[in-house]
Amino acid sequence: MIKSIEELSEKRSFAKSEFYSDKVKISVGMGTCGLANGAGDVFEGIRDEIQKQGLDFVVRQVGCVGFCQMEPIVDVLVPGLPRVFYHHMSAERGRELVSGISKGNFCTEWALARLDQDKLLVELDRPLDGKLNGLASVPTFEQLPFYKDQLKIALRNCGFLDPHNIEEYLAAGGYSALSKVLMEMGPEQIIDTIEKAGLRGRGGGGFVTGKKWRVCRQAPGYPKYIICNGDEGDPGAFMDRSVMESNPYVILEGMTIGAYAIGAEQGYIYVRLEYPLAVENLRSAIKQAREYGLLGENILGTGFGFDVQVSRGAGAFVCGEETALIASLAGFSGEPCTRNVYPAEKGLFGKPTIINNVETWANVPVIINKDWKWFAEIGSDKSKGTKVFSVVGKVRNTGLVEVPMGITLRRIIYDICGGILNERNFKGVQTGGPSGGCLPESLLDLQVDFDQLSEAGSIMGSGGMIIMDDRICVVEVARYFMEFLTRESCGKCTACREGLRRTLEVLERITSGEGASGDIELLEELCSYIRNNSICGLGKTAPNPVLSTLRYFRDEYIAHIEQKKCPAGVCRKLTIFKVEPEKCKVCGKCIKVCPSGAIKGKKKQAPVIEQDKCTKCGLCRETCPFEAVIVT
Amino acid sequence: MTLKKVDEIIDKYHGEDCWLVMILQDVQKEYNFLPVSALKRVAENLQIPLSRVYNIATFYSSFSLEERGKHLVILCNGTTCHLRGFDNLRDEIDRQLGIRAGQTTKDKMFTLEVVACLGACALAPVMAIDEKCYGNMTPEKVRTIFESYGKMKKRKKSGK
Repeated sequence: MIKSIEELSEKRSFAKSEFYSDKVKISVGMGTCGLANGAGDVFEGIRDEIQKQGLDFVVRQVGCVGFCQMEPIVDVLVPGLPRVFYHHMSAERGRELVSGISKGNFCTEWALARLDQDKLLVELDRPLDGKLNGLASVPTFEQLPFYKDQLKIALRNCGFLDPHNIEEYLAAGGYSALSKVLMEMGPEQIIDTIEKAGLRGRGGGGFVTGKKWRVCRQAPGYPKYIICNGDEGDPGAFMDRSVMESNPYVILEGMTIGAYAIGAEQGYIYVRLEYPLAVENLRSAIKQAREYGLLGENILGTGFGFDVQVSRGAGAFVCGEETALIASLAGFSGEPCTRNVYPAEKGLFGKPTIINNVETWANVPVIINKDWKWFAEIGSDKSKGTKVFSVVGKVRNTGLVEVPMGITLRRIIYDICGGILNERNFKGVQTGGPSGGCLPESLLDLQVDFDQLSEAGSIMGSGGMIIMDDRICVVEVARYFMEFLTRESCGKCTACREGLRRTLEVLERITSGEGASGDIELLEELCSYIRNNSICGLGKTAPNPVLSTLRYFRDEYIAHIEQKKCPAGVCRKLTIFKVEPEKCKVCGKCIKVCPSGAIKGKKKQAPVIEQDKCTKCGLCRETCPFEAVIVT
Repeated sequence: MTLKKVDEIIDKYHGEDCWLVMILQDVQKEYNFLPVSALKRVAENLQIPLSRVYNIATFYSSFSLEERGKHLVILCNGTTCHLRGFDNLRDEIDRQLGIRAGQTTKDKMFTLEVVACLGACALAPVMAIDEKCYGNMTPEKVRTIFESYGKMKKRKKSGK
């Protein structure tokens, strides 16, 4: 139990000296992405080999560095040498790596990058002896296109620290912001700093965080509550999961600062059901923070007390909406309320409540440490700081990308993420999840911030970015989002409940070849009705996927309705696959991949697709190396 | 079926009704689904109307009022998974197990649930069995994984 701020800084100095020990340290990225790719086996392989050879190496688990494409990722830290990251590891490669290092041989073959100084993400200086021991050929982190333009604030330290060891967080400067706040700053000054920094909520709404805090501080009522919204429901966004799994302490520190600013004693973290590892890591972090006297009564001997509990969601997208989340947290069904009063005045149990999402909380300690001026200089005019995007879909490098606000879509998609998969053509990018819109190629130079995206008919949302190539049908994508939202609509207001259902019916008609003239106008009418008459954000933004695709890809709707064709070859009832004999090299791959046995081949002849057996899954087209499978 | 476990779970949450969602999750974990008798016991113990408990049990998609299979198969239909072959995995599971979303195999081995997003989009399409996540799935991998659970005789659907 740490009893004072002085004791905390002593503890930190000690933790720092331990962080870079004189032993070889091997870290395995074991976030959900890593584990799904076999990081568990890699960890065991490395540990077994170390034991077998009787080496005095340390092997440990860390979170995720955000380059999901390269998982499982392992980083090796040999005292005096640069940190080296290895990609696509397996248990076998892990064993080889260990035995190589024990002989002074770094398997550069699988090296992704080297990090000469940890300054980039962890604020620590590490002594290097100046030698590179054969690592000169490995590119530095700063040279990697994926990391070159990134600036990590919310994701700093993710993948570098053991999420189960609070001492590592302390070593990396953790809880120095809380010390600063408790020693030097009053609640008003904290709120001023957050407001002047221009931090806006990262969960989608983009409301000015400092303003929210001020309203809550001034609101009458006791007790007050702090909530962290970890109900990251947008399919395609997973940055909050990564922070909760990889660096849970930063969320606790941010929440504790917020609690001190508004005068709250109790906090809740609401995590969606699908993130079991995040729940586990948060609980372990809370337990440790309590043991260290950084949560609970009389934090660091200052008399200020604050505690946090984790609550799990139960599978409802609408609970990401703050009034619904508050209802769910109080033990009711997650139905949103009309916003006559903000939660900052009347929230959880009818008391003043601050609710911010994970990424927002993760920004708070940095702003306090670095000061608001530093933060306000990053980003665009009205959107300050950075935003984490999860770039996924038909793109070469998928992963989490944290960049200053105002960067163009083109730089994110092409420079950082390496462009479209398999050299295909870019068709569109869906930002903001199901509440966002689909932006076409002509908007690739759009600067990404809250206001520009909203002007283009989309939203920032929580930062999901789904890249689509020319084999994606945007009408089908709009139908998918409507199906999702119809299912997830809580049903409280008629506009959303009935409106979405009718919209979905029209889209189902169009994608199955039964579209009629007038359907486009009907869609537009329905969408404007839903937008103007829904109670909460879910309904108000729900028409975005339809309206944005109608705005930018209208001709595809017309092709479906009038010509009964799906240009992308996705809508099953409108698509017929054929093998073009002139292009076919008779490799037989399509025959092998067809799950319904619909492709029949004869020796030296292009195979034929039997239409009555074909399920239109499109796997043959995906697999064919010669583009001989065509859509008619 | 003994309901002693329900009482223990409620005690763990100090009998506070604000933890109702979490209480039902723990009850479901214990019994594999939410039996009516357990719901009644929760309402009695927390001194809240049964209608409120039923409301929660039917509002949130992770709760099941019907008995589920031994293994819970979760197929992700997040946007990325949807664009990268969800339909084909769903069809393959139907071919292998004879079940669609929300259904349980006749031998009560597998229940299939489709969720919005597992948050592992970089590995899309994704499938999970009992919280173990499988990435970059193909129909072929679906076959291999289910084969590892034993000889695949055609399982006929039951339930919903």
